[in-house]
Amino acid sequence: MEHATTLEHTEDIYEPSLTPDSLGKLGMWIFLVGDTMSFGALLAVYAAVRVGAGAIGWVPPSEILGINLTAFMTFLLICSSVTMVKALESIQNGNVSRMCTFLGLTIAGGVIFLGLQVYEWSALIKHGLTLTEIPHHGLSGAAISGSTLFGPAFYTITGFHGLHVTGGVIYLIVILIHGLRGRYTAEFNHEVEIVGLYWHFVDLIWIMVFTFIYLL
Amino acid sequence: MAGTHHKEHPKYLNIFWWLLGLTIVEVAVAIPDYATVLKAILLIGLACGKAILVANYFMHLKFERKTLALIVITPFLICVFLVFMLMPDLTAASRYEGLKPAAEVVNTSH
Repeated sequence: MEHATTLEHTEDIYEPSLTPDSLGKLGMWIFLVGDTMSFGALLAVYAAVRVGAGAIGWVPPSEILGINLTAFMTFLLICSSVTMVKALESIQNGNVSRMCTFLGLTIAGGVIFLGLQVYEWSALIKHGLTLTEIPHHGLSGAAISGSTLFGPAFYTITGFHGLHVTGGVIYLIVILIHGLRGRYTAEFNHEVEIVGLYWHFVDLIWIMVFTFIYLL
Repeated sequence: MAGTHHKEHPKYLNIFWWLLGLTIVEVAVAIPDYATVLKAILLIGLACGKAILVANYFMHLKFERKTLALIVITPFLICVFLVFMLMPDLTAASRYEGLKPAAEVVNTSH
C-alpha cells in the first residue's frame, strides 16, 4: 500500500514522459542546437580570420557585395517567417485552407530567396569573386593579398545557408501536401509547429550571416 | 503538451515591424565610414536583438520552459569562446613582428 502511494506521489512531482508531439519538438530543438554549432563555428572562424587580417588586410565586403539586394533578401525571409507563424495560428484555430495558403506563401518566399541567391552568386562570379580570387579594381595590394580567404568563406557560409533553405522548402512542401490531404486539425498540428521551428531558425541564421558577412 | 497550446498568439505583425525597423537601422548603421569597433558592437547588438525576437516570438521560446532557453543559448556562448580561443593564433604574426626568430637568438648566443 505504502509502495503504491509513493508511486502516485512520484507521478505528481515529475513531468509525464515525452508525448509524440513534445518529443518531435524536442528532437527539432536538439537538431537546431547542433546546427547552431555548425553555423557558429563557420561564423566564429570567419570573424577570427577577419580580425587576424587587420584593418588594411581585408576588403570591406560592401565594396564587393550588393547590400541592397541582400537587405531585400533579409526582408523576404522575415516575411516568410511571418507567413509561417500565421500558418500555425490558422491551423490551431482549425482553418485548414488558410494554413495551406500561408504555407504556400512561405514556400514562395523561400523559392524567391533561393532564386535571388543564384542570381547574386552568378553576378559575383562574373564580377571576379571566386574561391581563389577577389575582384581587383580599386583595391590596395595589401587588401587583395590579405583577403584571399574572403571568397571561400563567403561561398561556404552563404552556400551552407542556401542548402538549409533548400531543405526547408522541400520540408515545407511535404507538410503542405499533408495539409492539403487533410492530415492536420485544430488538435493535431505539431508537425506544422516543428517545420516552423526549422524555418524560423533558417531566418535567424540569415540575420547573423547578413550582419557578419555583408554588413561588417 | 497537447491541449496546453497557447491559444493566445503574440501579435506577429508587431514583431514583423520591429524586425523590419531593426533591419533598416542595421543598414543605416553599416553604410557610413567610422570606427570599426563601434560599428561591430552596434551591428552585432542589433543582430542579436533581431535573433532574440525571432526565437522568443516566432519560435515561441518565450512560452517554453526556461531550461530550453538555457540549452539554446549554450552553443552561442561556446562560439564566443571559440572566437577568443582562436584570436591568439591569428594575431600572432602582428604581435611578434620585429622579434628575431628563436633559432637566430640561439645561434648568436654561441
